[in-house]
Amino acid sequence: MKISEQWLREWVPTRMSGDALAQRLTMAGLAVEALLPVAPPLDQVVVGEIVAIAAHPTADRLRVCTVRIGKGRTLTIVCGADNAAVGLLVPVALPGAELPGEMRIARSEIRGVESHGMLCSAKELGLAESADGLMVLDPGARPGTPLRKVLELDDRQIEFDLTPNRGDCLSVAGLAREVSALTGTSVHVPRSRPARLRSRRQVRVTVRAGHDCPRYAGRVIEGIDPAAVTPSWMRERLRRSGVRNIHPVVDVTNYVMLELGQPLHAFDLDRLEGGITVRLAKTGETLALLDGSRVNIPEGALLITDGAGPCALAGVMGGLDSAVTAATGSIFLESAYFRPGAIASRARQMGLHTDSSHRFERGVDPQLQRRALERATELILSLAGGRPGPVVEKVASRQMPKRASVGLRAGRVAQLLGAPVPAGQIGLILKRLGMKAVRVADGWKVTPPSWRFDIAEECDLIEEVARIVGYEKLIPRRPSARLRAGTATETRVPADRLRAILVDRDYQEAITYSFVDPALQTLVDPQRRPVLLANPISSDMAAMRTSLWPGLLGAAIHNLNRQQGRVRLFELGRRFLPRDDGTTEEIASLAGIAVGPALPEQWGVAARAVDFFDIKGDVEALLSASGAPSRFRFQPTQHPALHPGQAAELTDTSGQPAGVVGSLHPRVRAQLGLEHAVFLFEVRLDALESVEVPVFREVSRFPSIRRDLAVVVENHISAQDVLNCVAQVSGKLLANLELFDEYRGEGIDSGRKSLAMGLTLQDSSRTLKEGEVETLMERVVQVLASQLGAWLRQ
Amino acid sequence: MREQLSQLLDEARRAAADAVDVSAVEQLRVRYLGKKGILTEQLKRLGGLPPEERPRAGQLVNEAKQSLQDELNRRREALESVERAAQLTRETVDVTLPGRGLRRGGYHPVTRTIERLQTLFQHMGFDVADGPEIEDEFHNFEALNIPEDHPARAMHDTFYFGSGRLLRTHTSPVQIRYMERHEPPLRVIAPGRVYRCDSDVTHTPMFHQIEGLMVDEAVSFADLKGVVAEFLERFFERPLKLRFRPSFFPFTEPSAEADIECVICGGTGCRVCKQSGWLEVLGCGMVHPRVLSHVGIDSERFSGFAFGLGVERLTMLRYGVNDLRLFFENDLRFLRQFR
Repeated sequence: MKISEQWLREWVPTRMSGDALAQRLTMAGLAVEALLPVAPPLDQVVVGEIVAIAAHPTADRLRVCTVRIGKGRTLTIVCGADNAAVGLLVPVALPGAELPGEMRIARSEIRGVESHGMLCSAKELGLAESADGLMVLDPGARPGTPLRKVLELDDRQIEFDLTPNRGDCLSVAGLAREVSALTGTSVHVPRSRPARLRSRRQVRVTVRAGHDCPRYAGRVIEGIDPAAVTPSWMRERLRRSGVRNIHPVVDVTNYVMLELGQPLHAFDLDRLEGGITVRLAKTGETLALLDGSRVNIPEGALLITDGAGPCALAGVMGGLDSAVTAATGSIFLESAYFRPGAIASRARQMGLHTDSSHRFERGVDPQLQRRALERATELILSLAGGRPGPVVEKVASRQMPKRASVGLRAGRVAQLLGAPVPAGQIGLILKRLGMKAVRVADGWKVTPPSWRFDIAEECDLIEEVARIVGYEKLIPRRPSARLRAGTATETRVPADRLRAILVDRDYQEAITYSFVDPALQTLVDPQRRPVLLANPISSDMAAMRTSLWPGLLGAAIHNLNRQQGRVRLFELGRRFLPRDDGTTEEIASLAGIAVGPALPEQWGVAARAVDFFDIKGDVEALLSASGAPSRFRFQPTQHPALHPGQAAELTDTSGQPAGVVGSLHPRVRAQLGLEHAVFLFEVRLDALESVEVPVFREVSRFPSIRRDLAVVVENHISAQDVLNCVAQVSGKLLANLELFDEYRGEGIDSGRKSLAMGLTLQDSSRTLKEGEVETLMERVVQVLASQLGAWLRQ
Repeated sequence: MREQLSQLLDEARRAAADAVDVSAVEQLRVRYLGKKGILTEQLKRLGGLPPEERPRAGQLVNEAKQSLQDELNRRREALESVERAAQLTRETVDVTLPGRGLRRGGYHPVTRTIERLQTLFQHMGFDVADGPEIEDEFHNFEALNIPEDHPARAMHDTFYFGSGRLLRTHTSPVQIRYMERHEPPLRVIAPGRVYRCDSDVTHTPMFHQIEGLMVDEAVSFADLKGVVAEFLERFFERPLKLRFRPSFFPFTEPSAEADIECVICGGTGCRVCKQSGWLEVLGCGMVHPRVLSHVGIDSERFSGFAFGLGVERLTMLRYGVNDLRLFFENDLRFLRQFR
């Protein structure tokens, strides 16, 4: 909402400076976004009267104008505008003037004729976005008068960012009311009186949708002058509110909307067939709108119709076929109250938002219609003449919005605000806001004015009191509450601890969008159908991610493309897995990606690319935070996005899948244009979060014995199988088991590998004897041989 | 005997002075002082002397042994110190060479802010809660007093899935879910991702909010101002000018926007604060009684405040980040600035 400061001051002549007023309004909840000059300086631009026009001697399209600029002075100015005519009053930029766009005006020669200035269009003066021809000033302006004075350009545009509850402030009148309540300056309503009836012509009005249209008023104005033009004072005020001038009648309806807050609509009377019926749309109706588009009207939308069908979307936009045009001689002027909900839902459903719907959906004063109709009639008559007919008004009184009284307790005000407000002050605030307040035992019974749609409960009134008093007057206080111990649980690893582990292992945390490119998602997780957004921002952000990998891959590619050769990223976030019943499971997960050298470039260490066991080590570090990493198992797995020989599924003790780690499948890598091996992991957060509280075990006081063992097995026998077998045979005596080498190559037949491990054996109650250790080791080798076909490496 | 001894001693001393390393000194020790050493042999020969000469001769031999022992020790120490010095020189490293191993990664700046605010609020006794990101209309809108045809709903630019499900547009539904499960007194914050169908220089379709809620007997607007002032000052680690402007949220009444003095220009006006000197940092207000009723809390007995802040906004102001979109590009050159 933009409005001229001058216009507002005409209604409420406060002595506050513009800046102070803006500040006061902002602090009362009517946020002033900007306070801008309404025009460039325009020094040396004056009113000029074209007194003679001659053809240019050498240029067909140019003319030589003689322009009177007061005090007996005339100038010769070459001009190319088609609308230049003798008698016209136009702005003249004198030599020395500076126009927007750093245009300096100087005496110049134009195709052999000397020109002493420039006749200006509104666009050249920075007073319009576009213009065809010279700006024409109102008759009566005295040549030589500075343009600033004639157009009253010493004004600023106040731009408000109003909250949706304050539809009552979408007009000069509404803002003036508010300024008055804040400053105590009373409102001066411009004098206006109902026009004398000069026509009997009426349009029959039938309202079939009283619920959505409780009041419909209108009148005919016959015989308006099609040649009339909107005076510059009105054009200027409209411009300062960001409204273009279109046609005198339309300009007046816009002007009254800005002045009083009542959207109006004018129909070309000669293009209406029969009477007006206000009704809900039936299926399949369409309408060509003012903006040239043809819309399918949703069933149940509120319509203004005539004998031929729909002619306006009530409260939103008029129809093209019944619109006022340059040829219009008679009009039917509509001023109605539409129920906010009826306009809001339909306008949004149809993707339409207009100045009119903006106001109706926030609530227009239901008592305003007749007054606005009279005001518009008065203005149309003064601009374009015409003979007004009687006002036709249909009211569904039972459907009119009721303003029920609301109780306000002084005690509740004090309690909610944290400090009492004197009763006298509350009373005054209510009065200035136009509320009827009756004192009752513990406070007031308050009836809000017809223009307020946002006062239904006590808290609404408390806010009114608070904002007029000023929030800054309420002293801050730190609340006190009962002491309560915090939590220091040992059964849950906080997510931040898991993040810290990865950060300490040289991972950088990333945050990627929860919606991803469906194609990338399919590449990573082809078997699942993701949840799709109905209205994505773009097609490559349409699928809710079922894995964090698409986002991390995207981030890695972004960095690899920017000369970052070593990328290690992780993300903690949710995956969205569709359930069969249509709901979605949100699974908090921790995922990571590593590409490039295992270590940052450094001296003294041979450079080596990151591999499966680096990233597995990172996952194991996460598992170790649980205090029981041995609860988890890694098993070879097949995953559509992973290398078949480098993919492991992580399971917890109960065998539940907890995550995946592996190398990106070379095929997928190729599809993504990734040159180097990419390693990925993803683990459910809940699997990582649960911790076992440590339980003490006696430390053995007896010495331990270490035995190393190297066995050769077939490649397909996993290290885990060998270790499990060793542990099983060793039983309680095994204090520690460490695999310290895996070897394939020279000395070992192809298809086989050697595994070397160290066993630490210990008893808690005695020193082990050499003999029993030997026996045990023999048994271990025996069982390894029989169960896994292993033999001792020679 | 005396002469012989002195000759031996001189010879041994010369040999010691010529010894080039510790092992040569050791060889000399063995040669002269060892079990079968030259001087030791002299001692053994004492038996051949007349008894009255033995003590005197024994003393002479022992003195010679002692003297040589001292001489050899000195030489050994001298040689050892030279060797040690040589070894230390050999072992000297360039301590300015970088240390080895992994570097440390870093947290996303948004996480930093969330963690810091979480700590601040936990110290004030607030719980941390979360809720689903795919919400229903009831929790995202209706329970928060935003009915179907309310203009406020249009301002939310919601992502829909159809059948009434949507991506939450704010963290406020967590308020509702928390109040559905807990009885007052309540103090809770809820950080998390939120989504709006909007993308330009100053909007990303996903961002983070932290919702705060306190419900107790006699919680007032003054308490709200106190808590907000407290945590903002602690967050920016300096005193800040703060103002509360009346605003509108359907789920709070009275409602306010909290602005802080522009941390970029100090309040004199700059591009970031659009010359106003103020920066909007959060929306807040007293929980609307209808919201309390929705979750079965007696609004006559209890009152509360709620606030919702934009995490990215606070992060930008804290670290001077000038483009919101950087947070989701995950460019390492950006992320590494927040180690």
